[in-house]
Amino acid sequence: MSLISEGADFRKAAVPGAAEPSLASVGDYIALLKPRVMSLVVFTALTGLAVAPGHIHPLTAFTALLCIAVGAGASGALNMWYDADIDALMTRTARRPVPMGRVQPGEALAFGLTLSVFAVVVLGLLVNLLSAALLAFTIFFYAVIYTMWLKRSTPQNIVIGGAAGAFPPMIGWAAVTGSLSLEPVLLFAIIFFWTPPHFWALALYKTQDYARAGVPMLPVVSGDANTRLQILLYTLILVPLGIAPYALGYAGLLYGVTAAVTGAIMLLLAVQVLREKPPLERACRNLFAFSILYLFLLFAVLLVERGWDGLMARLAA
Amino acid sequence: MAKRDDDKGIVLTEAQKRARRSRSIAIALALAALVVLFYVMTLVKGPAVLIRPL
Repeated sequence: MSLISEGADFRKAAVPGAAEPSLASVGDYIALLKPRVMSLVVFTALTGLAVAPGHIHPLTAFTALLCIAVGAGASGALNMWYDADIDALMTRTARRPVPMGRVQPGEALAFGLTLSVFAVVVLGLLVNLLSAALLAFTIFFYAVIYTMWLKRSTPQNIVIGGAAGAFPPMIGWAAVTGSLSLEPVLLFAIIFFWTPPHFWALALYKTQDYARAGVPMLPVVSGDANTRLQILLYTLILVPLGIAPYALGYAGLLYGVTAAVTGAIMLLLAVQVLREKPPLERACRNLFAFSILYLFLLFAVLLVERGWDGLMARLAA
Repeated sequence: MAKRDDDKGIVLTEAQKRARRSRSIAIALALAALVVLFYVMTLVKGPAVLIRPL
């Protein structure tokens, strides 16, 4: 609770500065959107959109992706507004625009809220209501459920909060079909179970950062050994889920081989993480880096295999 | 830092003016893009633009 109070104090303390005319550049506002996270969100949403059955006009598809990107960026801005106090304490985030003082907290809040409303309303008006509702829920889940509640209160923060990052393929699918089915849920599950090994690998070599900021990440609360075990357990769930689209007939052989090979590497790295003794962290860094490639490859191959033909057919139609 | 002049109110520094100008241009471009998007989407969808399925 003390952390939340400190957070509130930080935002209050920054309010007087808000009277000073802002020096924030356009680049600072772009940084608030977390462009790297946004690019992964757009990519997974594109995959969901491309593999979905049915017709969508290319411009409608572009509008859907634009709205999903803006909505993801808005979530990032709201996250940076609320977390400015702990961002200032961590080396990875200390140079973000709000803790650096380049953007006032109120500006980040207004920016995030404005973009959220625009993204949801435009998606609802120009694409369909289900995708807009899913986007609204995703923004709410990331900004309120994860950022304001879970992140500072439970070591399961990124497990549950990971759902926010898993929704984009479902939104892409819903933009085309106006409905949901098992396949987008499977894509959701892959990202959902990918998130814990990915973030805990990072948290293992940034434990001091999270501890200093008072964020109850699993390594801070449960210790190094338990986190390494949990990484392996989640990877054991993730790898079969990664292969499931092939096993269920949603994807072809190329996807199956890619998922099996990269899944085996993920497992190998997770075992190395388990066997590595602190303060060694090389295996954690390797797993963190490879997990990004793993998710990218799964969705890229699915996009090429299932989505590319469909996408080209839609563009030609 | 901006100077406060009782007669003129807050006087912006050159850096603040530049930052404000770049932000204003970015907002104008974003709004123009939104107008174009709605215009083109209306042309593409025709009367169906008013039909919003789930």
